[in-house]
Amino acid sequence: MSNEKFEPVIIGFTCNWCSYRAADMAGTARMKYAPNVRLIRLMCSGRLDPTFVMKAFANGADGVLITGCHPGDCHYIEQNYKALRRFQLLRRVLNQMGVEPGRLKLLWASAAEGAIFASEINKFVEEVRALGPLGWPKEFQQVESTPVMEVTA
Amino acid sequence: MTERIGVYVCHCGTNIAGVVDVAEVSRWAGKHLAAQGVVVSRDYKFMCSSLGQELIQKDIKELGLTRVVVAACSPHLHEKTFRNASKGAGLNPYLTEMVSIREQDSWVHTDKAAATDKAKAILAGGVARVAHNTELEPLRVPIHPATMIVGAGIAGIQAALEIADAGYHVYLVEREPSIGGHMAQFDKTFPTLDCAACILTPKMFEVGSHPNITLLTWSNVEKVDGYIGNFTVTICKKARYVNTDTCTGCGICWEKCPWKVVDKVFEAGMGSRKAIYTPFPQAVPKYPVIDRENCAYFKNGKCKACQIFCPTEPNSIDFNQKDEMLEVQVGNIILATGYQLFDATRIPQYGYGRLPNVFTSLEFERMCNASGPTEGKIVLRDKKTTPKTVVIVHCVGSRDENYNKYCSSICCMQSLKYAHLVMERTGAEVYNCYIDIRTPFKDYEEFYKRVLEEGGNFIRGKVAEITDVARTPNEEGKLIVQVEDTLIGKQRRIPTDMVILSAGIEPRHDAKEVGKQFGISCGASGWYIERHPKLDPVATMTEGVFIAGCVQGPKDIPASVAQGAAASARVLGKIQQKEVALEPVRASINENQCSGCRICNNLCPFNAIAFHEDRMVSEVNPALCQGCGTCVAACPAGAISGTGFSNEQILSQIEGLLLVNVDGNLTEAVPG
Ligand SMILES: Cc1cc2nc3c(=O)[nH]c(=O)nc-3n(C[C@H](O)[C@H](O)[C@H](O)COP(=O)(O)OP(=O)(O)OC[C@H]3O[C@@H](n4cnc5c(N)ncnc54)[C@H](O)[C@@H]3O)c2cc1C
Ligand code: SF4
Ligand code: SF4
Ligand code: FES
Repeated sequence: MSNEKFEPVIIGFTCNWCSYRAADMAGTARMKYAPNVRLIRLMCSGRLDPTFVMKAFANGADGVLITGCHPGDCHYIEQNYKALRRFQLLRRVLNQMGVEPGRLKLLWASAAEGAIFASEINKFVEEVRALGPLGWPKEFQQVESTPVMEVTA
Repeated sequence: MTERIGVYVCHCGTNIAGVVDVAEVSRWAGKHLAAQGVVVSRDYKFMCSSLGQELIQKDIKELGLTRVVVAACSPHLHEKTFRNASKGAGLNPYLTEMVSIREQDSWVHTDKAAATDKAKAILAGGVARVAHNTELEPLRVPIHPATMIVGAGIAGIQAALEIADAGYHVYLVEREPSIGGHMAQFDKTFPTLDCAACILTPKMFEVGSHPNITLLTWSNVEKVDGYIGNFTVTICKKARYVNTDTCTGCGICWEKCPWKVVDKVFEAGMGSRKAIYTPFPQAVPKYPVIDRENCAYFKNGKCKACQIFCPTEPNSIDFNQKDEMLEVQVGNIILATGYQLFDATRIPQYGYGRLPNVFTSLEFERMCNASGPTEGKIVLRDKKTTPKTVVIVHCVGSRDENYNKYCSSICCMQSLKYAHLVMERTGAEVYNCYIDIRTPFKDYEEFYKRVLEEGGNFIRGKVAEITDVARTPNEEGKLIVQVEDTLIGKQRRIPTDMVILSAGIEPRHDAKEVGKQFGISCGASGWYIERHPKLDPVATMTEGVFIAGCVQGPKDIPASVAQGAAASARVLGKIQQKEVALEPVRASINENQCSGCRICNNLCPFNAIAFHEDRMVSEVNPALCQGCGTCVAACPAGAISGTGFSNEQILSQIEGLLLVNVDGNLTEAVPG
């Protein structure tokens, strides 16, 4: 690894009703946080198809953040419990695939919790930074081409 | 690439352009996203202005754009604006996407290079996604013309009358036995000092007798189903144990009832009522309720005094009455459930609850009220002695890091009102201990001047302690208010007979749960969040649910009334459109792909998925589906697609977002 600080790329899934609004709130209040997370808006965390997470890792994300309303606050009653189940499953699957479970994070944030949203993003960016690059796209390329002696990301 | 995509990057004055190099983002998109179908990329000072919108429309027409991406503020602010602009130029509105580079980028980052790179990534995500957007038509559903209003304080009353007078039906739900809310407890109202009952009672009476209002007091909302235009609300009408068809409200029953109960709600603990009661003489409706918990008959099967003395034929007391569940259909809902007083016992050093002559503001309101527990006499807890000195403490529990951080906005004026009333009715010496005097509305500053001229004393300082431990002979037998007078930089101890704590106002203890029933949430201070703090203060994020009065934040009576009227105007506007366009974000099942496993059937929180036994396939009812997308994500056969949030859209957006590395270069590993 070079001396330059590693800047992870993180994909964040938000739900339309709470966590996306928490992000909006952090913005309106001009709270500052690390620029490493790129957000996608879903209607609800229940929409999160596990393949979305795999897709993000496969396309170069170093971490994935799943966010939604607090348990009991989901706009669609309780779909975030389904997201919670999928999150737990994904962590296990990722682990089996040799990916540190710490690259996947779940965060509940209400529309009022801009500050929590910002500080949790900062925390997660540092955690993923510590894990280093995942480099899935490169690894896959190498698997397909002739094996190399040393793999450094 | 078959799509012709136009990209528009907004400066938002300096809001975005101050941090993100918008010209660079737009240039980059024009060059590097050409492979994704971008044929034009522009940046402009204010995209949402009419000139900005015309820019898009001109390009749609002249360049034959088939898709549009606007990188600007949050889609929650302007998605509608830009979709309508596209529609104006003949492009289906759902082929326009908005991505946020303000709330999610320029406003939260300081590193200009990183923010510019992030803007590129966000934009690339939007471009990749929009290519998979499909033409959608909003769903049109009829609006039920009836409205439910929850909470009958002055805000709810005003809203109910406006809608009912316009000729539409209102269900007004109030959990107390009478309507009126806090205002009914007051004697005089600032700044005009008109008598609260004189201006409120006529309105209450009008509500009670209006042919378009169904008044449901002593009732709770149990359940809310549906969506704008078509809510089904289940209301529990608690048993009153009084037959309202025959009761005349004569009052003999509560006169004869032998059981006295301290009234903690209406009398704020200052007075008592009976086990069968109406909270106050002008109550609407006039029928009493039996408070089961304190009724001797319900407790030990004996008494029935009320029934024995009830003069009506047939007898109006009915101990067998049961709670009644009512289901009503409404198109819109207004929440006007108000506030509760800050609990002053939470500040132990002020001695409330321990030192008898420390009163709260609501207690004092009841004391001033001619029909209250002291018949309007300002006296100490012994109900005899007139105070010679009164200290009024402002901001109790408000503007305080330990309790509520916000300003309750009404306590300064309320304290000035008390200063005036005390001086007028007792001639006592009055001290107001304040942090700042805030009198920003019409005639408020004038009222402050008036109280100053009447001889009120003002001490600028936060009260540290209220005690009865005397240090000098002249403090003996008195309460002592310890305060630093910050204008002269001196600690003062003011001996006094009476202290009034101007307790702040706070969200009702159950505001969160109640909000949840209606799909709306509370902000950091606990008040309901409005759709926009400046431009849409009475709407909420849930279509068809409005808020009015103190539920939205602390405010005085004129502002509560104004919001009640505003919310009703919004509801009337909806009713008159007769139908509403719903976002066409819905799930649909491809029958040919559905394996009939039924996994989705039980997942749907709205029971929108039905199974057809004959064909062995599932089907989504689009009128019930709310578009959460859970079933889409769960279907093992991949048979369900979610319009507006399809797998293709989301997967492409992920690709787009990751097209740009942190260093702003296109990712080599993943060619777009
Ligand atoms: C001590 C004091 C003195 C004041 N003096 C003045 C004054 O002189 N002048 C002035 O302009 N303003 C004054 N105010 C402010 C004034 O009280 C408010 O602006 C006004 O009463 C707000 O009305 P509202 O309808 O929003 O709420 P509320 O009066 O609180 O009414 C809400 C109603 O909703 C009902 N409710 C609550 N929850 C539910 C539920 N879940 N289901 C059904 N019903 C429910 C309640 O029982 C109540 O009837 C004073 C405030 C205080 C605390
Ligand atoms: S989960 Fe998919 S396959 Fe199973 S019933 Fe529902 S739509 Fe059909
Ligand atoms: S998208 Fe959500 S609401 Fe619609 S049918 Fe599927 S599970 Fe039900
Ligand atoms: S709407 Fe936020 S998690 Fe369901």
